[in-house]
Amino acid sequence: MSFLSLLARNRLALAGLIVIGLVVLLALLTPWLPLKPPNVTDTSNRFQPIFSDGALLGTDHLGRDLLSRLMWGTRLSLAVGFAAALVAATLGAAIGIVAGYYGGRTDNIIMRGVDMLMAFPYILLALAIVAALGPGLLNALIAVAAVNIPFFARNIRGITVGIAHKEFVDAARLSGMSNTRIILSEILPNVIPVIVIAMSTTVGWMILETAGLSFLGLGSQPPVADLGSMLGEARSALITNPHTSVVPGVMILIIVMAINLLGDGVRDALDPRLKSGALNRPLPATMVARDHQPAPAQAEGILTLSDLQTQFHVKNKVYRAVGGVSLSVKPGECLGIIGESGSGKSVTALSVMGLVASPPGVIAGGSVRYQDQELIGAPYGTLRSLRGREVAYIFQDPLATLHPLYRVGDQLIEAIKCHRPIGRADGRRKAIELLEAVRIPNASARVDDYPHEMSGGMRQRIGIAMALANDPEVIIADEPTTALDVTVQAQVLSLLDDLRRERGLAIVFITHDFGVVAQLCDRVAVMYAGRIVEEGATRAILDAPRHPYTARLMACVPELGGGKRRLEAIPGLPPVVSDLPEGCAFAERCTRVRGDCRKGEIPLENGVRCLHPVTYQEAPA
Amino acid sequence: MLRFILNPYILKRLVSAVPVLLGISVIVFAIMALIPGDPATAILGSYATPENVAALNEDLGLDKPLVQQYFIWLGNMLQGDFGRSFALNRPVLDEVLERFNATLILAGTSFVLCSILGIIAGVVSAANQYGWADKAITFVVLLGISIPSFFLGMMMILTFAVNLRWFPASGMWPIYGSRDIWALIDHLAMPALALSVVATGVIARLSRSAMLEVLRQDFIRTARAKGVHERGVVWRHALRAAMVSIIPVLGVQAGFVLSGAVYIEVVFQWPGLGRMLVDAILRRDILLVQGGVVFVAACYVFFNIVVDVAQSYLDPRIKT
Repeated sequence: MSFLSLLARNRLALAGLIVIGLVVLLALLTPWLPLKPPNVTDTSNRFQPIFSDGALLGTDHLGRDLLSRLMWGTRLSLAVGFAAALVAATLGAAIGIVAGYYGGRTDNIIMRGVDMLMAFPYILLALAIVAALGPGLLNALIAVAAVNIPFFARNIRGITVGIAHKEFVDAARLSGMSNTRIILSEILPNVIPVIVIAMSTTVGWMILETAGLSFLGLGSQPPVADLGSMLGEARSALITNPHTSVVPGVMILIIVMAINLLGDGVRDALDPRLKSGALNRPLPATMVARDHQPAPAQAEGILTLSDLQTQFHVKNKVYRAVGGVSLSVKPGECLGIIGESGSGKSVTALSVMGLVASPPGVIAGGSVRYQDQELIGAPYGTLRSLRGREVAYIFQDPLATLHPLYRVGDQLIEAIKCHRPIGRADGRRKAIELLEAVRIPNASARVDDYPHEMSGGMRQRIGIAMALANDPEVIIADEPTTALDVTVQAQVLSLLDDLRRERGLAIVFITHDFGVVAQLCDRVAVMYAGRIVEEGATRAILDAPRHPYTARLMACVPELGGGKRRLEAIPGLPPVVSDLPEGCAFAERCTRVRGDCRKGEIPLENGVRCLHPVTYQEAPA
Repeated sequence: MLRFILNPYILKRLVSAVPVLLGISVIVFAIMALIPGDPATAILGSYATPENVAALNEDLGLDKPLVQQYFIWLGNMLQGDFGRSFALNRPVLDEVLERFNATLILAGTSFVLCSILGIIAGVVSAANQYGWADKAITFVVLLGISIPSFFLGMMMILTFAVNLRWFPASGMWPIYGSRDIWALIDHLAMPALALSVVATGVIARLSRSAMLEVLRQDFIRTARAKGVHERGVVWRHALRAAMVSIIPVLGVQAGFVLSGAVYIEVVFQWPGLGRMLVDAILRRDILLVQGGVVFVAACYVFFNIVVDVAQSYLDPRIKT
C-alpha cells in the first residue's frame, strides 16, 4: 500500500510507530513479565532510589516497586486512552453520519447541540461530568470521551455531507435500499479512513486528559494507579524524592510524543498539498543553477535576455518551461510576447527579476542584462533594489495580486518607501498623484479604499499605478488586460501607450491576444513550448506570418467585419515540456510537417524557427 | 462606547450569544441533575434523619419538578444569586469572583505569552522552512504539545524553585512582605509559562501552516516585485494575511488556557477557579461547581465574541 510506504519514508513517524508499538507490546505483556505485584506495600523500603537492589526504578512512598507500578499504570493509561478514543469516535461518527446524511432539520438540531458543547472550555466540561458522576477511572473515561464527541461529530458530518450527494448514494437510494443499509454499506466505508485519521491525531490528547483527571485525583482511585495518579501521588514527595514523579511523567511524555509523531506522519502522508509541494515556501529570489557563466551579451537594448533557461524541478521530472529565450527591448519600445497558456511567456517575464516561485523553479542557464548589470545570479540585495525601481511588473488578476487587507494608498506608498524614504503626508500626496495618473476618478477618496471595494478595471489601474510609483525604466506587463472586459481593456491599453510615449518607458507586454499586440506593440515574439518560434515587427508578422504556428494562431482569432471566414482551432495539444520531442516542438500539430522537421536543433533564422516557413505568395493556412 | 456596542456586527454577535449561554446553562443543569443519590444526603452526611433531609430538600427547592428547578436556578442566577456553597458557607458568586480574579491574572498572562511566542515561532519556522530554525522549532513544539502541563510544572518547580531558587515554588503572594507587582510577577512567572506551553505549540503549528499557505499567494509575489525587503514580505505582508486564520485559533486556545489553568493552579497552588472547582468536586459541593462552570463558560463565550469582533477589524472584507 502506497500509504504505508509513504509513512515509512517519514522517519520521525516511523520512529513514533516503533516506540508506541514497543510500549503497547510491553503493556500487553505486563501480566506475564517477572514483575513484583504493583499494589503490595512495603513501608520498610520506602523511596528506594533508581537502580537500587531489587527495584530497578526504585520504590514509592509506600515502598511499592515503581517499575511494576509503571508497567501496570501504562497498561491502564493506554487502555483508558484508547477506549475513550474509540467511544468518542464511534458515538461522534454516528452523530455526524446521521446529521450529515439526513440533513435538514435533523442536521440543524444536532449541530446546534454540538456547537453548544464546543462552546465549553473542554477540560471544564470534563470536570463537570466527573463532578456529576463522582471520581473514578470509568467516570473519567466517560468524561474524556464525551468532551471529544463534538470534534468527531463535526468532522464526520462534513465528510458525510460530501458523500451523501454523490451519484452512487443516489443510485443506492433509487434502487430501494433502506437508509440504514445505505449508511452501513455506502457511507460508512467511505468515512472510516477519516475516523481513523481523526483518532490517530486525538488519542494522544485523550491519554493526556485522562492522565490529567487522574492527576487531580478524579480518575483512578488508590491503590490502583494509572500514570496520572502515580504522578499525583508522587507530587507530595516531589522535592525529597523527585524520581517518583519523573518516572511516570517521562512515560506519559514518551507515549504522547510517539503518538503525536505518528499522527503527524499519518496526516502528512495523506495531505496531497504536501506531496505536490504546494506548501513549499517560495524563496525571496528564484534559485540559479547555471553550469557556466555565459559570455556577456552585447547590450543592444535596456533589457536583454539571452538564451534564458528556466525549469521546474518537480520530484524527478524537469519541466523546461523556458528553453533558451533571447529577447531585447529598447527604451520607448513595446515588445509583445504572445503564446498559448503554458508556452512559457509568463515564466520568461518572471525570470527577469527572479520572481519565479522557487522551489520548484530554477534558472538553469542564460543571462539577463539590465543596462550593464547581469541579473541572473546577482545577489538578492541588488535584485531587490532594482525590483520596482528600475524594472516594475504589472500582473494579471489584481484581486489576487493586490494585498487584500491593506488600503490601496498604503500599498502605493509602500512601493515608494521600499526604495526611498518618504513622509506620511508626502506619501499620501504622491499616492493620489499616481491614482490620478492612471485616471482613477475621485482619487483623493479612492486612496483609502481596500482592493475589494474597487471594480476590476480600477484594480488593474492600481496595479499600473504601483508599477509607475518609482518611475521605472522597464515595465513588464503580464497579461494585464485578460481579466477585463473589452471597453476597460481598451482604456488600460491606451493608458499604457500614453505612459510609454510620455515617459519613454520600455514595455514588455505578455498576452495571448493578437488584437492587443496590434494595438500596442512595436515588435512581437511568438512563443511555443518554451521557445521563440517567430520574432519581428508587429506589422510584418500580422501581415505575413511565416511560422505555421503563428499563422494557425492568428486564424483562431475572429475578425470583426472579416466575413464568413472559418475559425480554425489548432488540432492537438502543446507538448509537455518535461518530455519535448526532438526537432520542432510544433511538428505534431503542423500541416506542413516533413521528415527533417523531427531531427536535430532547428535554429531561429531571419526571425523564424522553421525549416519550411509559409511563403509570401501563399495565403495563410 | 454606546456607538461601539450598537455597531450592527457587534450587536448581532452579542444577540447570538444568548442561545449559546442558555444552552450552556441547560447542559450544566442537566449534568448536575444526573448526579446519583440525593444532594441533601450528600450535604448532611449519612447520619442525617429523613426529616432533616426532606427539610433541606424543600429548602433547596429540590422537591420541585426538574423544569421548574431549572427556571428557578436560572432566574436566581440572572439576579446574581448563584446559591450558597455549603462547604465554605458563603455565597457562590463571592467565592467565584474572588477566585476568578486570580485565574484571570494567570490565564491572561499565559494567553498573551502563548500568542506572542506561538506566532513568532510559527512565522520564523515558516520563513525558514526546512532550515535548522524550522527543525529546531518543530521539535520544541512537538515536545511542548506532548508534555503534560502538570508534569512540566512539577519539573519547573524542581529546577527553578528548589535547585536554582530563582522563583518561589507556589502561591500567588509572598507569605510575608509586600503584595506589589514585583512580588506578583515573581510568583506568576513559572505557572504562566508552564500554562502557556501547550497553547504556544498549537499556535506555532497553525501559524506556520497559515504562513506557508499565504506565502505562495500572488500578492506576495507582487510585494516582492515592488522591491519589498524579505523581512517586510514575511512580517508585514504574509503575517498580516495569515492573522485572519490565526485569530480564530487564538480564540480556541484562550479556552484551553482558561481551563488548562486547573492543572497549573493545583501544581503551583494558585488560588484560582480551577483549584476551587477540583476541591469543590472532591467535596461534592455541587452549587459551587455549577456556579463556577457556568461562570467560566460564560466568560469563554464572551471572549469568543471579542475574538470575532477583533477579526472583523482585522479583515475589512467581513464587514461588507
